[in-house]
Amino acid sequence: MRLYILQRGTAALMVPLIAIHLALIVYATGNGLTASEILARTRGSIAWGLFYQVFVIAAAVHGAIGLRSVARDWLRIGPRPQTGLMWGFGLLLLAFGTRAVIAVVFPGSLS
Amino acid sequence: MSNTAKHLSVSVWRGFADGHYQTFEVPRQDNQTVLDVVTWIQRNTEPSLAYRFACRVGVCGSCAMTVNGRPRWTCRTHISKVVDQDGKLELAPLANLPPIKDLVADMRPFFDKWEKAEGKFHPSKTRVDPMATISPETTKRQAADKAIECINCGVCYAACDSVRWNPAYLGPAALNRAWTLANDERDAGGPQRLKAVSANGGCHSCHSHQSCEQHCPIGLNPTESIAGLKRLTVDAYIRGELS
Ligand code: HEM
Ligand code: SF4
Ligand code: SF4
Ligand code: FES
Repeated sequence: MRLYILQRGTAALMVPLIAIHLALIVYATGNGLTASEILARTRGSIAWGLFYQVFVIAAAVHGAIGLRSVARDWLRIGPRPQTGLMWGFGLLLLAFGTRAVIAVVFPGSLS
Repeated sequence: MSNTAKHLSVSVWRGFADGHYQTFEVPRQDNQTVLDVVTWIQRNTEPSLAYRFACRVGVCGSCAMTVNGRPRWTCRTHISKVVDQDGKLELAPLANLPPIKDLVADMRPFFDKWEKAEGKFHPSKTRVDPMATISPETTKRQAADKAIECINCGVCYAACDSVRWNPAYLGPAALNRAWTLANDERDAGGPQRLKAVSANGGCHSCHSHQSCEQHCPIGLNPTESIAGLKRLTVDAYIRGELS
């Protein structure tokens, strides 16, 4: 039950986040902004950093719990391996997502 | 109509889980149901053929089988609906249930899960209390009415991928019944029912494929009932009544 709440709660949270993200893409490409111009605006921005970090956490939680359901239905594995897979995939998503957020907010810090 | 093939070529599952198909020739008629065909075979060609039926008019829910790969009630399925010019028909027991013999599936897991989902009435009054007055206008009663006509045929259970994938899943019919009872003002089993349907294998295992709704011969929509249960469990979780 708790996993269900978390999965659907993060899905609901992602709806406005994705809307803003898409609007931002349309705005940026519509205005012909280049990658460096975009980075110039996101660099050092706590607000965008927080926005995308929340997004990353929500997607990691949602995707990992979702994958657990897929594993339950499609693979003949018990609850423990299902939970292991969930944590593994979730932490992986979190790591990659966080790395991307850092790269956008603090360019140069990861090179 | 019957000027197509004069005979039907009917492949019927024989034996147990490791059985095989046996083909029978059955005279084709203008008005003929799948159940008529099975009965013809048993009376004229193969007396040992096992199958199940009772009412023959779509009320008892005992005649469901796999007809050309899809679960159907056989007493109300006209041959013209499932057989084209070539006259070929394939019959097997309902899927997702252990086969007993020939066309008969073991319905016990289906009804065990019905019980497990608390698909039974918990009285809140005794016979000395006055009769409850239920207005047919209330939202709850209308929700219950919409889902109440289930004949326990198991067609939806056989059609559900989640049942096939997840042996713990209670299935559409049991959860649909739980939903009607959750909307019954006379019922006192609410809290334990919500616990039962939110446990492992409960309503949250449903992926809303709507295969149940597509196949239900009565035209019920278990997916909608299950979505209702999901809402009730989320509300109860937020109130702290479920963990
Ligand atoms: C606004 C965006 C999103 C919404 C509204 C959303 C909604 C949902 C819902 C309602 C389910 C449950 C389906 C079911 O069990 O029947 C689900 C499952 C799933 N989601 Fe998302 N999702 C979104 C984004 C994502 C993203 C970004 C990912 C990848 C990280 C993802 C991965 C999954 C996975 C793996 C499942 C499991 C599939 C299943 O249980 O059937 N989703 N999603
Ligand atoms: S909607 Fe749910 S109950 Fe119906 S067939 Fe799909 S998974 Fe099964
Ligand atoms: S919901 Fe429909 S298909 Fe399922 S058991 Fe009831 S009548 Fe049969
Ligand atoms: S025999 Fe009763 S429903 Fe078909």
